[in-house]
Amino acid sequence: MSVIVRKVAQLLSAMIFVFGMYVVIHGHIMPGGGFSGGVLLASAFILLILAQGKDYFQLKQQRKITSFYESLSVLLILLLGAGGLFAGSLFLFNNYLPKGQPGELLSAGNIPIYSILIGIKVAATLFTIFLALTIYKEEVSK
Amino acid sequence: MTLYILCFILFLVGLYGLLISRNIIKIVISLTIVEISIFLLLIMVGYISDGIAPVVFDAQILENQAVVDPLPQTMVLTAIVIALATNSMILTMAIRLYKKYGTFDVHEISKLKG
Amino acid sequence: MNTEIYLAIILVFMIILALVAIHAKDLLSAVIAQGAIGYGLVLCFLLLKAPDLAIVQIVAETITLIIMVAVLHDSTWVERRLPMCRRDMVNYTMALLLGVVLLYYFIDAISVLQPFGEHTLRMSEVYAYKAIELTGATNFVKGVLWDFRALDTMGEAAVLFTTAIGVLAILRLKGKKN
Repeated sequence: MSVIVRKVAQLLSAMIFVFGMYVVIHGHIMPGGGFSGGVLLASAFILLILAQGKDYFQLKQQRKITSFYESLSVLLILLLGAGGLFAGSLFLFNNYLPKGQPGELLSAGNIPIYSILIGIKVAATLFTIFLALTIYKEEVSK
Repeated sequence: MTLYILCFILFLVGLYGLLISRNIIKIVISLTIVEISIFLLLIMVGYISDGIAPVVFDAQILENQAVVDPLPQTMVLTAIVIALATNSMILTMAIRLYKKYGTFDVHEISKLKG
Repeated sequence: MNTEIYLAIILVFMIILALVAIHAKDLLSAVIAQGAIGYGLVLCFLLLKAPDLAIVQIVAETITLIIMVAVLHDSTWVERRLPMCRRDMVNYTMALLLGVVLLYYFIDAISVLQPFGEHTLRMSEVYAYKAIELTGATNFVKGVLWDFRALDTMGEAAVLFTTAIGVLAILRLKGKKN
């Protein structure tokens, strides 16, 4: 790609990343949330790879990092759900953190934390799939 | 009622494509069409004519105002992401098949028998 | 009433696009037609008061298109037309028969539903009207997703995890020993 495309892609991907974080964090008071925000976060990275070419990232190392985050977020969701067993008697259904004022950013107990974790999970999964495809194509063409 | 029938026609078109096409990419596309028709049917069942979207900032509004059913929306929300994941899984299998046999055609692949 | 007319128009366009996608000779144009169907679905979600789903569908459709074009990029774009064989005739007959059988069950199922736009909340009355005081979330969809029905969402996360592992296993070219 030419220099203009690469520079614009860099600027745009930063903006997409920030917008994705906004969508993830505000999931419990506005339309949005973990799934859509996660796909947006993944698309920021995918745009970078599409514009810059495969030499911009160290792909294999990146894939290890995304796999790690993917496993970590599932583990954290399970641990947070298991916290409900100690706070009450329900696994995963117990909203035990303080609820706060509805409509504020810090409200609704566990829901924003779950939302952020599932956002990391979806972003890591989609980026892992895309990286696996890219690495495969590179290895085949060698 | 007309809308439900139109949804069903979309479902039938997807099923027709799923059964008659030989190309793996076409099969994935037909599967997506079937998924889309079912998402739309589920959301249509939960729609209320003068309801508002299920995002409300003030509990006072709810006293004399109908709300669209949030339950089918939740189910479809998870289903869309699962459909995305399964689609990409089938597509990765398709490129492995293409590398081994050099074609996307299902009949030819079963004739070649690796 | 207006909503129904708009939805019917979009649905007719989606059906035409589906036929185009199935019968296109060029695989790339079939993929693009599928993308158009997905964006039509986004419009339908907006008309049906589901902004959450509209956001998810528009980004998911874009990512699907990117992955599909990435798969098609190095391979043949034109679908080869081969002469009909006996298996094709079996497939056409099966498609017709399955369509008739499913039509019967669809008519059976649709007679129980209320007409479009007159849905009554039964089980989800609590989900809609008590969500603010029970969960504190003003977005009811998120309240149902992570509080009333959290186990479903957990299973969805497990499916995503399995998919990633499966893709990594399928796309590995060299074994670990080499």
